[in-house]
Amino acid sequence: MDKQPFSDLVSRHGPTVYRVCRALIGPIDAEDAWSETFVAALRAYPELPADANTEAWLVRIAQRKAIDLGRARARRPLPTATIPDLSVDGPATEANDELLAAIAALPSKQRQAVAFHHLAGRPYAEVAELIGGTADAARRAASDGIATLRKRFTTDQPKGPS
Amino acid sequence: MIEFSERLDKLTEVDDVTLARLGHRLEQRATEAGLLDVAFRTIDSPVGPLLLAATPLGLVRVAYQREGHDVVLQALASKISPRILAAPRRLDEAARQVEEYFAGRRTAFDIALDLRLSAGFRRTVLGHLAAISYGHTESYAEVAAATGHPGAVRAVGSACATNPLPVVVPCHRVVRSDGSLGGYLGGLDVKRTLLELEAATPTS
Repeated sequence: MDKQPFSDLVSRHGPTVYRVCRALIGPIDAEDAWSETFVAALRAYPELPADANTEAWLVRIAQRKAIDLGRARARRPLPTATIPDLSVDGPATEANDELLAAIAALPSKQRQAVAFHHLAGRPYAEVAELIGGTADAARRAASDGIATLRKRFTTDQPKGPS
Repeated sequence: MIEFSERLDKLTEVDDVTLARLGHRLEQRATEAGLLDVAFRTIDSPVGPLLLAATPLGLVRVAYQREGHDVVLQALASKISPRILAAPRRLDEAARQVEEYFAGRRTAFDIALDLRLSAGFRRTVLGHLAAISYGHTESYAEVAAATGHPGAVRAVGSACATNPLPVVVPCHRVVRSDGSLGGYLGGLDVKRTLLELEAATPTS
């Protein structure tokens, strides 16, 4: 079996890798993480077995690059992470930023489980390999993370008794 | 208030502007790292979309749509390297010259060529084709004679039929001795279009 052109991987999996990077490390560093991921993948691609699951492979590289960039960022001064006002019903980017800020505030395993399963569509068995533990634990982490996020964004009930 | 599921769905969308920016960055980073073995882009032309592909040595492939651009890229991955990226900037100059040719403003190409996809006698034939000037034609028999193998008329035909760089290496300028068009890898309509374009343009 002949190996497909790398450009096919970029067009087919580029959006998925971007979603993963953005959820793991935030919108500011996501593009760096995406580039690092695809450059590393391009370098290693000739050695990848032709029947490998390329999306799983790319997501794994993205996880590593996001962790590396996160460490580098931790050594830089960081703008204060504030969770913005929720009353905004604005354009998609604002809504995205709110949700991303909330995802960033999740515990690491929940954040990764949400990113890998809900945003990248990877099965729980694979998520477990990425974050450690069992597939059941990965499922619980994702579902706990989603529950926290849902609660945060479903607070439009009438304000408390006055 | 935006529904949560709607919020999550929005987060799975990645807009085209972002993807285009990421693609440009990857082209740049891959080039700097020496990892871009084959760069490609497509351009529109009067004879349909053309795929242009280049190695660091030069233009390596021009393909008509009827060849199937996906099929051609897969072949490049197998024969040259799977490190292939859409990289429009690398092909800016080639694209400009091809566009000028189709606009009737260019009669010769001045770009580096990588002829690795053609070997042996076929490559010898391609070398000779470059000497047939704009607006002129030669017969398959004349080309065979010019390469020193007057009996190799059919081999000249197959060299033209497998020319990896049509338009730029002008196999369309080779016709039958009786003046009929012969064959063309891009289809006879395309061959006719190219010859008419060249005939209609002052060759200075």
